[in-house]
Amino acid sequence: MMRFLLLFSRQGKLRLQKWFTPIPEREKKKIVRDMTTMVLARKPRSCNFLHWKDLKIVYKRYASLYFCCGLDTEENELIALEMLHRYVELLDKYFGNVCELDIIFNFEKAYFILDEFLLGGEVQETSKQVVSRAIEASDMLQEAEIDNSDYDLELGWP
Amino acid sequence: MERFHFLKLRAMSPSVRLQEMIRVIRGARTQGEERGVIQRECAAIRAQFRQVDNGTRSHNLAKLLYVHMLGYPAHFGQMECVRLIASPRYNEKRVGYLGAMMLLDEKQDASLLITNSIKNDLSHNSQYVQSLALCTLACMGSAEMCRDLAPEIDRLLRASNSYIKKKATLCAVHIVRKVPELGELFTPAARSLLSEKNHGVLHGAVVLITELCERNPDTLEQFRKVVPDLVQIMKSLVMSGYSPEHNVAGISDPFLQVRILRLLRILGRNNDTASDAMNDLLAQVATNTDSSKTAGSAVLYETVLTVMDIKSESGLRVLAVNILGRFLLNNDRNIRYISMTSLQKIVQTDHNAVQRHRGTIVDCLKDQDASVKRRALELSLALVSAVNIRSLMKELLLFLSSCPPELRAHTTSGIFNAAERYSPSQRWHIDTILHVLTTAGGDVRDETVPNLIQLITTASELHCYTVHKLYRALITDISVQSLVQVACWCIGEYGDLLLRGECEETEPVQVTEDDVLDALETVLQSHMSSPATRGFALTATMKLSTRITHNVDRIRSIVSIYGSCIDVELQQRAVEYNALFKKYDHMRAAVLERMPVIDKSSPGHANDESAGGAIKELEQTKLTQEVVLPKEPGNQVCDLLDLLGGSGEPVSSSALSNILPGTARSTSGGDLLDLLGGLDVSPAPPSVKVYEKNGVTLQLQTDSQTDTGMTITLTATNSTDGDITSLTLQAAVPKCVQLQMKAPSGDVIPARGIGLVTQTVLLNNPNKVSLKMRVRVCYTSQGSVCQDTVQIDSFPSPAW
Repeated sequence: MMRFLLLFSRQGKLRLQKWFTPIPEREKKKIVRDMTTMVLARKPRSCNFLHWKDLKIVYKRYASLYFCCGLDTEENELIALEMLHRYVELLDKYFGNVCELDIIFNFEKAYFILDEFLLGGEVQETSKQVVSRAIEASDMLQEAEIDNSDYDLELGWP
Repeated sequence: MERFHFLKLRAMSPSVRLQEMIRVIRGARTQGEERGVIQRECAAIRAQFRQVDNGTRSHNLAKLLYVHMLGYPAHFGQMECVRLIASPRYNEKRVGYLGAMMLLDEKQDASLLITNSIKNDLSHNSQYVQSLALCTLACMGSAEMCRDLAPEIDRLLRASNSYIKKKATLCAVHIVRKVPELGELFTPAARSLLSEKNHGVLHGAVVLITELCERNPDTLEQFRKVVPDLVQIMKSLVMSGYSPEHNVAGISDPFLQVRILRLLRILGRNNDTASDAMNDLLAQVATNTDSSKTAGSAVLYETVLTVMDIKSESGLRVLAVNILGRFLLNNDRNIRYISMTSLQKIVQTDHNAVQRHRGTIVDCLKDQDASVKRRALELSLALVSAVNIRSLMKELLLFLSSCPPELRAHTTSGIFNAAERYSPSQRWHIDTILHVLTTAGGDVRDETVPNLIQLITTASELHCYTVHKLYRALITDISVQSLVQVACWCIGEYGDLLLRGECEETEPVQVTEDDVLDALETVLQSHMSSPATRGFALTATMKLSTRITHNVDRIRSIVSIYGSCIDVELQQRAVEYNALFKKYDHMRAAVLERMPVIDKSSPGHANDESAGGAIKELEQTKLTQEVVLPKEPGNQVCDLLDLLGGSGEPVSSSALSNILPGTARSTSGGDLLDLLGGLDVSPAPPSVKVYEKNGVTLQLQTDSQTDTGMTITLTATNSTDGDITSLTLQAAVPKCVQLQMKAPSGDVIPARGIGLVTQTVLLNNPNKVSLKMRVRVCYTSQGSVCQDTVQIDSFPSPAW
């Protein structure tokens, strides 16, 4: 499984952090520091795979953002690269030519999209369209709720 | 109307406010300014949280989550998450659950409070609300929550739409990871999920089954039956035409393919039937998958891992290794890297297959990327064999000269191991080690110096060649301690060969005695030389006194200068060598004679190809080597004193062989003395008998005396028929005198005067009081313990 996914800028500023296992706050901060230090120190045409403690680290740079994930050792690094790429594609589809600012100002959307693609550290949906459609539908539900807020949307339990 | 107005206002509380706050924070020019802005915002947020619901709660929590991501504390938002999750409004739930995943983990008490909300939301009308609950449970659900909600999840696994099913499946995976016993609960549902057509659900099902099989061998047994189903699914994926929905660079759903291959690996491991059932499929995937892009390579990679791990036919294994070989030539560095990690895993079991790709692997030593270099080094070392040692070593030495510093130590020890096992000749071996020392002498292990010395002594025909080579290295550069130490030792030992001038194997060079002594003195005086190195140099200088003819006086003066060196070790050596010149000159030649070949009691050079077994042997070799190795040359002199004292205790064979050629295994003091032609055991200088009882005699001799102190030696002999054992001597002196007892030469006095025990005592008498000493003698004779005390009021005059 994927243990964590981090997005950070070239200056090491964190833009998104998703943790798939329970980790104390202090340790999260340490991991973030270690990842940013290690990844930012890599030369431009280096291999995208690293070893850190007992994890495989896979990272890829997209424009000004580094996408970095930590995996268990039995994971396939190449498919992890594809996972990172798929996430970027989803962001791109949603925001239209996504850039770092989109993720900064709409970070909660970035999380919602991630939560439609990965669940519990595993891929939950392999079709781009299905993920995009689900996000759109959720957004519409949210909009509808705000628009129709003179009566509460029928949100009850059977 | 009023209500409508109020609600419209609510509708206008947009996430613009969140974005506004983000803008303001980013506009802060300093860290301090940012902190200020955030403190203000947090205060406002806290205030809002305390108020009655005014429609802004979700936006405030969102703001707080942003602030949290910047690294600021946000724990006061935890309860707000709980409240928002319980809200009937979707947008509030959405942010609430997001907050829960970011701020709550199973260790917080607040996390338990959301269990009920999750439970309710799992049965919600809207699948998007259900989805929130499932996602949160799978992200941060504690074991307790998992136990609580497992039945719900199982229900959803069986009866829901595919959107919910796929999420419920992964939720089940999380539950099994937290509470493995619950695996049993999900096993039936997992089985039936495999017949789903929806890729998301199928993927989740495969992940769930993998998790169940990894945790429970019985479940694994059960699921072997589904291998044909998995094979079928894979076949349709591989053979299907272009499917736009799941296509990635020409591969149909690589994510699903990779997971299925991984599950097949687990099911086929150690099981012939299962492995047979998947053999054809694996061959098909291996042959038909286009690897021009990462997606295809990912599938091929997983296929190779599976082939190598199950009981596959040899043809298939060869196919797999060849894929890895092809990967090695790929332009993509990532693919070269994973190829090498995979090859590393199989280099022991499929050694010959991997050998075929040795050339490419060695080329990767020159790669720019440090990770690739490291992998290439590991693999190259694993591939060394008697056949390729010469060519491969050239590459490794080339690599060493330019390798990154963090890899140097590993490279040098790898080279030494390889040379140890597969050297084609001794000269090659010595040359290789010298090359390494010259290139990276600072990064070698400590045992390298004694190991090399031992190797040199065994290559007796090469002594002349070796000493010439080392001399040349020494005069070029004295900064590499390991090299300098070996060079000094060799020069000390074989200096006569160096001075002779001719040498078969190398170009002759004229070296005069002064040249050699200059070189050693440079080492002695250089601030670059470590204390150990200087010890080597001093001893080598001393040894040369019997190998040169004209400059013995120079050596004498060097040695006497170091008699007052600050470094205690050097001082001690110099003093002892001085003694050798002055008092025991007649023995100097014998003491400093050439050492015999040191026996290496190891299995010797391994010839077997199997790399794995040889490594253990090698470790044992290293251990025994250390036991048999000669003590450092300095210890020769300690042995010297033993010799003079004539210790009857069995001295270790190597020490004796240092001193007396030809008596390699002799341990008895008697033979020792015979060889020296009946040396008179009792020390030459005057001594007094201070104790005589039960056949045990204690003599006292003054070695040296100054105004403020003296050095004395106590010598114990035994004239009885049985050995005296457990001998201890204790001394007491007047208060203002300081006493230091050196280690005794032993604690056993052999019978019939064959040997004796000595102990040196240093007395420091700064106040120049009248020196007296009380000595307690304690020993076991014929089974009974004896103890006596003697008073010594006067000391004999000193030896010199």
